[in-house]
Amino acid sequence: MNSPRPERRVAALFILLAMLSLLSGLLYGTLGAGQYIFPELLKTKLSFSQSRPLHVYLVINWIFSAAAGGIYYYLPWISGGRKIFSPALAFIHFGLQLLVWIMVVTGFFMGVFGGREYLEFPVWINAIVLFSWLCFMINFFATVRPVFKNAPVYIWSFSTGLLFFFITMTEAQLWVLPYFNNNIIRDVTVQWKAMGSMVGSWNMLVYGSAMLIMEKISGDKEMNHSKMAYFFYFLGMTNLMFNWGHHTYIVPASPVVKTVSYFISMTELLILGNIIYTWRKKFRDSLGFRKFLPASVLGWADSWIFLNLVLSIAISVPAINYFTHGTHITVAHAMGATIGINTMLLLASLVFIVSKENEPLLTRTGGHLKSALRVMNISLLVFWGTLIGMGIVKIMAVQDNELFYGVMNRLRPWFDFFFLSGIVLLAGLAWVLIWLVPVFWRILTGKKS
Amino acid sequence: MGKLSVFILLFTSYAAYSTWVYTNGTDRGTVMNAQQQAGKKIWQQYNCTSCHQIFGLGGYLGPELTTVISDKNRGETYARVFLQAGAVRMPNFHFTPEQINDIIAYLKYVDTNAFSYKHGNEQPTP
Ligand code: HEC
Repeated sequence: MNSPRPERRVAALFILLAMLSLLSGLLYGTLGAGQYIFPELLKTKLSFSQSRPLHVYLVINWIFSAAAGGIYYYLPWISGGRKIFSPALAFIHFGLQLLVWIMVVTGFFMGVFGGREYLEFPVWINAIVLFSWLCFMINFFATVRPVFKNAPVYIWSFSTGLLFFFITMTEAQLWVLPYFNNNIIRDVTVQWKAMGSMVGSWNMLVYGSAMLIMEKISGDKEMNHSKMAYFFYFLGMTNLMFNWGHHTYIVPASPVVKTVSYFISMTELLILGNIIYTWRKKFRDSLGFRKFLPASVLGWADSWIFLNLVLSIAISVPAINYFTHGTHITVAHAMGATIGINTMLLLASLVFIVSKENEPLLTRTGGHLKSALRVMNISLLVFWGTLIGMGIVKIMAVQDNELFYGVMNRLRPWFDFFFLSGIVLLAGLAWVLIWLVPVFWRILTGKKS
Repeated sequence: MGKLSVFILLFTSYAAYSTWVYTNGTDRGTVMNAQQQAGKKIWQQYNCTSCHQIFGLGGYLGPELTTVISDKNRGETYARVFLQAGAVRMPNFHFTPEQINDIIAYLKYVDTNAFSYKHGNEQPTP
């Protein structure tokens, strides 16, 4: 038995960590939802100020780790069969990420916070994150350098995502300088800017993976060199850089910030949705495509793109945003994008890897996976709808001049749906992962499936 | 135009836009004094952001606090009560009176800079 190529092992390590993060992240999310209903639930042991950051950190970690794992796995394909530049750097990347994972999670359990929105762990940990990312960047660029000329669009996407995560993660730490920290308007604007663009950076990694597997599934190499694909990519990049302003309608920064982002609205999703739709339509009739699981997972993602697009466009209108900001409609927007779109695209990528590694398994368990995915998506739809409902109830309550306590009372019945659909979602996900974990475990240990 | 040129063009605009955002684009607020800074530090140390929003940043289990001080239904005294005793969903952090004063100073500072909430994004003329 020959030992597996190092990038395969690193890929498996990242993907296993990613799956663990997603599952535990959803578990803490469900706990957080439970704390809305039962205020005393673990109030002193693991309060909402701990369960929420655990949830946020772990699910973001899922997205980055699953994307990174996918990229390591795909590296030999996209670099024309080259060996990875430095296996050692790849293992360092993983080792540091695991270290950060352990430190952040333990810290939250102990109540150690950095207290910045989204990056709620102590600030110095970000230095390790940045360093480990640097290892990733060096490895990626050094490996794919020879194919940069005439590269397909996903290499541009990956490169841009890698670069901009580094930039925005650095930018998110600017507040340690008094110049930023001591002026609240500057501080919150820059924080919204950094975090908004960071989302764009992971989108680049995730959308790049989706474009890549679409090419691999259909064998159509042209699509990733097409004008449409490049137009989509550059639009995505423009969104990444300038569209964060749609979060800041209420921040008293210069109005220009808002106008810019308003004009560069959500066209990006429209095009991605269209690319997937056209691709599915084109290949729908080819043999076995309809039954091929990764393709149907992409189909779920496409439906979410459509739903989220409608919501995004609505809340980008300043007159509507005026009411919806600060309500759970914003959370619906975030959950639709991160679970509906990003997670479905990443699951498509994982299921695609499974199809390469162990086709018979996929044929055997395809029925199960399909049902599990259906459970996930339907519960997510209920979850998403509930969040929008909660937003609307809150808007009405605020119009009636209700104080916070009154608003919470009116929302009370909605919390039940929110909590229950969260539990079903978690169960559906666990059902999916049960089938995926052994495959990646075998890649890691080098055993033949 | 080559792809690389488009990339460089976009990236340069991004760099220029970022510089503007860091300087003139956000040059509207007042600067915090030492006590307000201390309040902000406590805010971060206790992860208040997980439940409360300031300028839209933060969780939703608790109320938005950007204008809690000037809000005619809430105000400073109201805020102090919660900081001293917690509530059903808010933990009691057992703050010292000095810590509470610092937090209140910070919240006041945030409130004075929240002119977008009160004057339709126009900076008030002093
Ligand atoms: C676990 C969630 C949670 C955390 C953490 C938390 N709060 Fe609260 N806070 C609440 C809730 C919920 C209320 C509303 C209570 C009510 O109206 O019943 C509240 C109310 C308040 C109020 C009164 C204003 C109002 O509109 O009700 C202030 C001021 C406040 N919190 C400040 C803070 C500060 C400062 C911190 C950090 C030191 C903090 N809170 C941490 C949940 C939290």
